[in-house]
Amino acid sequence: MKEQAPILIIAIPLIVSFLNIIAGLIRRNFCYPITVLTMLSCVYLSFVILDTVIETGKISYRLGGWEPPWGIEYVVDHLNAYMLVIVSIVSFVVAFYSKRSIEKELHPSKIIYFYTIYLLLATGLLGILVTGDLFNLFVFLEIASLAGYALIAIGEDKAPLATFNYIIMGTIGACFYLLGVGYLYIVTGSLNIADLTRLLPPLYESKVVLVAFAFFVVGVAVKIALFPLHTWLPDAYTLAPSTVSAFVSATMTKVGAYAMIRVMFTVFEPSFSFETFPTMQILGWVASAAMMFGCIMALAQTDLKRMLAYILVAEVGYIVMGVSVGNREGFTGAVLHILNDSFMMVSLFLIAGALMYKEGHRNITKLANINKKMPVTMGCFIIAAISMVGVPPTAGFFSKWYLILGAINAQQWFFVAFLLLSSLMVAVAFFRIVQNIFFKPSESHEGHSSHAHEEPVRDEVPFSMQLPIFVMSMSLLIIGFFSGQIISNVIQYTVPKGF
Amino acid sequence: MDTIDFIIGKYNYWVYIILMMIGFYAMIAKNNFGKKLVGMNIFQTAIILYFISTASKKGGATIPITLSEHMGAGVSTVNAVQYLNPLPHVLMLTAIVVMVSTFGVALAILIMLYKKYKTLEEDEILGIIKAGKES
Amino acid sequence: MEIITSITPVIIISTSLVATFLIYFTGEMSKNLREAWTILAAVIKFAFVMSMLPTILEGNVIQYTLVSIAPGLIVQFKVDSLGIFFAILASFLWIITSFYSIGYMRSLNEHAQTRYFCCFAIALSATMGVAMSGNMFTTFLFYEIITLCTYPLVAHKETPEALQGARRYLTYLLGTSVAFQLTAVFLTYSAVGTLEFSDKGLLSDARASGISDTFLIITFVLYMAGITKAAMMPLHSWLPAAMVAPTPVSALLHAVAVVKTGVFVVVKVVLHVFGINLLTELGLGTALAYFASITIIVSSIIALKQDNLKRRLAYSTVSQLSYVILGVALLTPSAIAGSIMHIVLHAFGKITLFFTAGAIYVAHHKTEISQLDGIGKKMPFTMAAFTLGSLSMIGVPPLGGFLSKWYIGIGALEAHQLPIILVLVGSTILNACYFLPIVYGAFFKEPAHDEHHGHHGYNNHSHSKHGLEEAPALMVVPLVLTAIGAVALFFSPSVFLDLARMVVASVIGGN
Repeated sequence: MKEQAPILIIAIPLIVSFLNIIAGLIRRNFCYPITVLTMLSCVYLSFVILDTVIETGKISYRLGGWEPPWGIEYVVDHLNAYMLVIVSIVSFVVAFYSKRSIEKELHPSKIIYFYTIYLLLATGLLGILVTGDLFNLFVFLEIASLAGYALIAIGEDKAPLATFNYIIMGTIGACFYLLGVGYLYIVTGSLNIADLTRLLPPLYESKVVLVAFAFFVVGVAVKIALFPLHTWLPDAYTLAPSTVSAFVSATMTKVGAYAMIRVMFTVFEPSFSFETFPTMQILGWVASAAMMFGCIMALAQTDLKRMLAYILVAEVGYIVMGVSVGNREGFTGAVLHILNDSFMMVSLFLIAGALMYKEGHRNITKLANINKKMPVTMGCFIIAAISMVGVPPTAGFFSKWYLILGAINAQQWFFVAFLLLSSLMVAVAFFRIVQNIFFKPSESHEGHSSHAHEEPVRDEVPFSMQLPIFVMSMSLLIIGFFSGQIISNVIQYTVPKGF
Repeated sequence: MDTIDFIIGKYNYWVYIILMMIGFYAMIAKNNFGKKLVGMNIFQTAIILYFISTASKKGGATIPITLSEHMGAGVSTVNAVQYLNPLPHVLMLTAIVVMVSTFGVALAILIMLYKKYKTLEEDEILGIIKAGKES
Repeated sequence: MEIITSITPVIIISTSLVATFLIYFTGEMSKNLREAWTILAAVIKFAFVMSMLPTILEGNVIQYTLVSIAPGLIVQFKVDSLGIFFAILASFLWIITSFYSIGYMRSLNEHAQTRYFCCFAIALSATMGVAMSGNMFTTFLFYEIITLCTYPLVAHKETPEALQGARRYLTYLLGTSVAFQLTAVFLTYSAVGTLEFSDKGLLSDARASGISDTFLIITFVLYMAGITKAAMMPLHSWLPAAMVAPTPVSALLHAVAVVKTGVFVVVKVVLHVFGINLLTELGLGTALAYFASITIIVSSIIALKQDNLKRRLAYSTVSQLSYVILGVALLTPSAIAGSIMHIVLHAFGKITLFFTAGAIYVAHHKTEISQLDGIGKKMPFTMAAFTLGSLSMIGVPPLGGFLSKWYIGIGALEAHQLPIILVLVGSTILNACYFLPIVYGAFFKEPAHDEHHGHHGYNNHSHSKHGLEEAPALMVVPLVLTAIGAVALFFSPSVFLDLARMVVASVIGGN
């Protein structure tokens, strides 16, 4: 079972997604438990894989027993295994949450198909992480993207329009990626990542390889919404159903970042991106622009989800910046930030979904007294917000610590300034909301006696939504404390050689 | 002579680049969503064309169907030089499937858009949305 | 000197965290329970702190590493003489402030008391955390927690002015600590690879290992700018803005938790991060001393112009805090001893003054100094305490405040900084100028108008003697106690002075 884990982790959701339709046609209520159980098994498998990788190092699985580079190979090293765990946990938690939220936001007849596509999306994301073959990555990338398009399109009023823009841009990105694969294939004749690592170095001077690299970077940049190719993200993630927003925001962008790291540091050696074709300096500045832009736009929003979407743009900037400084601490910070950001984004979007469920709106100026109605949810919001800002002992602080340390070690003082500045701006953005929620006197309020109007009744969201929010927020505190363990056991092995 | 050889000798690349640019232009500059979609299709097809063009070899290679000695026995040894590279073709089969699926999803969204706004022109739709917001 | 590992620091911090939970869950049911937990936690905490005292007085150090999160990011406690000094002060004054808060809240029948007491408890936990921290990371961690949990306290009244004041409070404190202090922590870590405090100074070897002077100077400036809780100008305006809080909060903030933390961290940074030698070599001590002097004089002048009693006290605090910074910046034995003593003496004096302000508000709803004429006749105990408190601030023997000023003065002579003596004398005169008129007016002038006396709806007058209208006993007793404390410390500063001397010895002798 252990050896089959890499393929099982994709095969199970894939097959179940088809079975789900049949089961759903028999009885609609089957879909939810089936999905949750599948995701649970994925979580289990991902932990099995992580365990194996920590003990024995890189594992590889050959599809059909065909030898690479002729056959497709699945390679799991520390970086993949780590991300597999993250993505499967996120999909499980969001699946658990989805029941009530989806029932409220979607037409009943669509629920079966929702879960089917959800499973397909999970398959695609996990597949991107597991595969060791570039074209296979493209296929899974498109599976995930298509499922994502479909899920986003069933959202609110203007969702189809936003999705259409997303499709156009996403397809451009994927096609650029495909072109990159094609160019590399022409010069090396291989699609296998490990093989390419061996075959490429003598060819670094060739223009074809340079162009391939450029296509890769731009293509993946579109997918992860790196400024200035981010324009599809705010609309798409705001208008999607809350569950979907939570899922994709925590995963799509991070998995895309993983793909970028794979291409830049495994397929091409680090020295290529730093010396031969110095993209890293440019990426660093682009990332800083992303950070600043995201934070500034976030300050201007009144819709909670839109604000979170812009903050997501900034967070992607953090990750790319951490990668671009080219030293150990920066990379550690970037990888740790993938974990922290996934969990933070999930918590925050789930809380936004809870607000939508109970209040029917997400306008942050109208949230007075929510803390009396939903105290636990708002408590979790505070923890997640503190983590976003980067205050110890929450998880967000530790990834920022490493990112800033990395920037200092690389003598990039501007990046340090940008990082700190964006933390402050995020703090301001969240602080406005906290103030609106906890301290703003409601409109009929005069003086300082709260006995004049009736106390709002406590009316929390249902348990199936409450539990994931609570667990995710608490995990931010716990992960913070375990950062050192995570780094020493997993992340330090992911840092490319030569850093 | 060198430049002409550069243009004519690599005509497959030029064709694909021009097609891709046409598709790209359509995706970005056209107002009608249906035309954007067609542009996307052209864009993707150009890439597929390019891949397949890389499969061919000089000296008139042919498709890789081998002749067997007789039923049940093994095939005669394959002389790889004679045959086209089958891998890009196979990859492109997958890519075509992806392209078609994307097209399908996009069309479904177009239908949703049309049902809602009764038009597929981008500026008209944005106008309707704006008017709806203000009312 | 031994290093003893003991879990007492963790217990001390968890005491009020446990109390927080208990208050949160039982608070709405019974206010007696809520207050009982507060007092119980305060007493237990003080007991534990005192239990550590004998060990420290012998010259040992208590250490405990709670959790090591990543290299350099260790939550570590190290209780030495300086730490326990602050810890004793904070925990003792918390007991007193708790009683006072209860009296204040009950009299005014304030809203959201559960939130108030919860945040109170967390704030004290975090203050203990700063007092007992063993490295700069732990300090930063608890410093931020203090900021976050005092925000609800400052915004307590929930009026637009309160919210605005609280917003300014948070902006100043959080903004500067993230922008400046955190950067300084990063720079320190990248310079020497560790954040642990050391008696000689964590950075003292940095010059030898090639770190440039500019780097060290920039780091120092960033620290000073980032420790805004010490209210050095020009980053001091959060303090008057935070006066919108209820008076027990102001008392807590200004005497016990927030500003004392700030000034304590400044002392720690000067003595245990940079070290006396390094600062003398870089000449930063003198620079800081003059900077602090400017704050002392300017804020005293501003205090003269304030009519609102709490605001005048706020600016007085700004000025007094810079005394501590001044003392430690002079880098000589007496000055350091004096500045550490001043932490305690100012605490007792200022807390008395704030308690008085609160009592006046509760009993007579007066907040402006101009309204206070003749109030000494109606509130003799309270105003007597006020007098003692102000005399301590001015620095008149036999009040405690005299001791610290004396030592700082000697320290200035030791450092050959004669202008500093002028600063001390000048500010003493200014202090007298803005405190004595209040005292004089209260006792010797006739009250301006009498209408407000009859129609209070609250029955919180204790008419023990005819014409006396004091605040309830729960409020008056604490403030009398702290006033007596201010006097007592002059006559027997024993424990505190010993500890201060120990700190000096460890810092200077260790070189």
